[in-house]
Amino acid sequence: MSTAGAMPQQSETTGGTIIQIEHLHKIYMLGEVEVHALRGVSLSVSAGEFVAIMGASGSGKSTFMNVLGCLDKPTKGTYLLEGIDVGQLSRDELATIRNNKIGFVFQGFNLLSRTSALENAELPLFYTSLSPKVRKERAIEALNLVGLGDRIDHYPNQLSGGQQQRVAIARALVNTPSIILADEPTGNLDSRTSVEVMEIFQSLNEKGITVVLVTHEPDIADYTKRQVIFRDGKIRSDRTNEKPKNAAEFRRTLPEIDAEEEAA
Amino acid sequence: MNITNILISAFRALQRNKMRSFLTMLGIIIGVGAVIAMLAIGQGAEYSVQQQISSLGTNILMVFPGSSQQGGIRMGAGTVTTLTEEDANAIARECPAVAYISPGARSGGQVIAGNLNWATSIEGTSADYLEIRKWKVEYGDFYTDQDVKAASKVCVLGRTVADNLFPDSDPIDQNIRIRNVPFKVIGVLARKGQNAMGQDQDDIILAPYTTVLRRLSYSPNIRYVLVSAVSAADIPVAQKQIEELLRMRHKINSYESDDFTIRNQTDIATMATATTQIMTILLASIASVSLLVGGIGIMNIMLVSVTERTREIGIRMSVGARERDILTQFLIEALVLSLMGGIIGIILGVSGSQVISSLAHWPTFVTVFSILLSFGFSFAIGIFFGFYPARKASRLNPIDALRYE
Repeated sequence: MSTAGAMPQQSETTGGTIIQIEHLHKIYMLGEVEVHALRGVSLSVSAGEFVAIMGASGSGKSTFMNVLGCLDKPTKGTYLLEGIDVGQLSRDELATIRNNKIGFVFQGFNLLSRTSALENAELPLFYTSLSPKVRKERAIEALNLVGLGDRIDHYPNQLSGGQQQRVAIARALVNTPSIILADEPTGNLDSRTSVEVMEIFQSLNEKGITVVLVTHEPDIADYTKRQVIFRDGKIRSDRTNEKPKNAAEFRRTLPEIDAEEEAA
Repeated sequence: MNITNILISAFRALQRNKMRSFLTMLGIIIGVGAVIAMLAIGQGAEYSVQQQISSLGTNILMVFPGSSQQGGIRMGAGTVTTLTEEDANAIARECPAVAYISPGARSGGQVIAGNLNWATSIEGTSADYLEIRKWKVEYGDFYTDQDVKAASKVCVLGRTVADNLFPDSDPIDQNIRIRNVPFKVIGVLARKGQNAMGQDQDDIILAPYTTVLRRLSYSPNIRYVLVSAVSAADIPVAQKQIEELLRMRHKINSYESDDFTIRNQTDIATMATATTQIMTILLASIASVSLLVGGIGIMNIMLVSVTERTREIGIRMSVGARERDILTQFLIEALVLSLMGGIIGIILGVSGSQVISSLAHWPTFVTVFSILLSFGFSFAIGIFFGFYPARKASRLNPIDALRYE
């Protein structure tokens, strides 16, 4: 990874609580049936943490992520993001929060097709008042940070899955958010590329960026510092991982079989 | 999001479905083109009608003597001789709104030139007659005030008469005999064609009215006075002035009715112009129906586009696009479609009108007004028909939009 401190940090490495969640409930209506996806979740995340949210499918972890990312509103309970009660905000205010406090990385990358890597990474900045020049500089900086500085003009269909996910990470980073939320970021990737993506998250976390990711693979959770396990809409366990695996070191032990494919 | 970015992404989105965008625009192109062409044709029709009316002469008033009444039997206009040459001269002298006058005398009969003869009518006029009728002498001269004063035996032939009496020779300075009175031909009139009633206006001989009255006419009195007002706006003024003058000269009391009649041609002209204007409006309204259909086409395609791009909308919202950002984006796309269609339609309509006028020899006029109107119309259509789909897009829930397959 390139230069440290290229992206200014929103928060200090330690201290301040970024996320404060109390008794969160989420009830969906699926036709006539009520689906209780979250049943009273309380969680707090401090600046600089690297959290994995785990659980089987249907455990409510993705719903939780969507609420965290201000894409969905909780039915009950409070969610304070940097002290702001998100539940009280209007649609436009939530959009502003998503724009400058949260960086979201999806399982399916969710890049705009027929739009270059640069413009994809630049997308959140379109909705700010920054000048085109600054926007471009920042997007290039973010792409450099994820190691794609040489592919800024490539289109998503010209990039491998791992590279596409790195563009998505650059997009999440470009607005210097308080927190990066990743929903199954390695779900669509092979194991080697997954390690590469985790390497990026680890290096970002080392620079002080708070990362919360959802995964159902214990392998992936091993790279994080804290593991929260969901079951049936509740938190079953919340433990600190004293010795996270180092993705960069692990990658070096892997054979270089994908090098050619990557280059293509 | 600033306007340049929105425009760039709008063009890109439209470029992705070139055929579809083009077909959508086609509705507007045809609509705008039709409106412009129809307005141009309508304006052309109005112009032709005005041309035809002014070929009768412009700003013309005709003063007729009144009718006589014997017992209960009214004899019709011109049966009494209440209008005199002196009246005509007084009108010329004392009515400032009058430009030209020509006292009229009429006769008719067989005209003989060499071994050819032709029956036609003879119109006695003043030297100003051509000014009033907007007529020209094709070759030769017209008679002068001097000729009128002296009652000279000179005449000017209409084209039809000239063609019939002098098929192979130059009529100028030839003598003709009108009912055995010799006249010298001094000019030939330009062709004027048929009048509104289908009469051949060129089948005529013009001569000084004094000569006609003294040598040819059965009655020594003028039949009417042809008057032209200074301008179209002065027609009612001139009419009033003539009326007052003649009432005074004829010593008519305020409770008595006029012993003369004044008619003018503006009534006819106004009616004809109004008719063509109604036609123009009618044509343009029919054409604008196709604009409306084009607008519905835009709405349809924008709705499809919103559905197709639900995920894109979700992505944009997830990185912070507000409702108004999405709204503007789709609205601008609809506007780009309709305005591009509008501009192409204007070009097509203008060139189409030119083709029509060169093929059909029909005058067409493309006015700035019609261009601005259609441009404004396509703008309004873009906004109006683009708003609903754009609103629909902006109201999506980010999480639902992201999950949309």
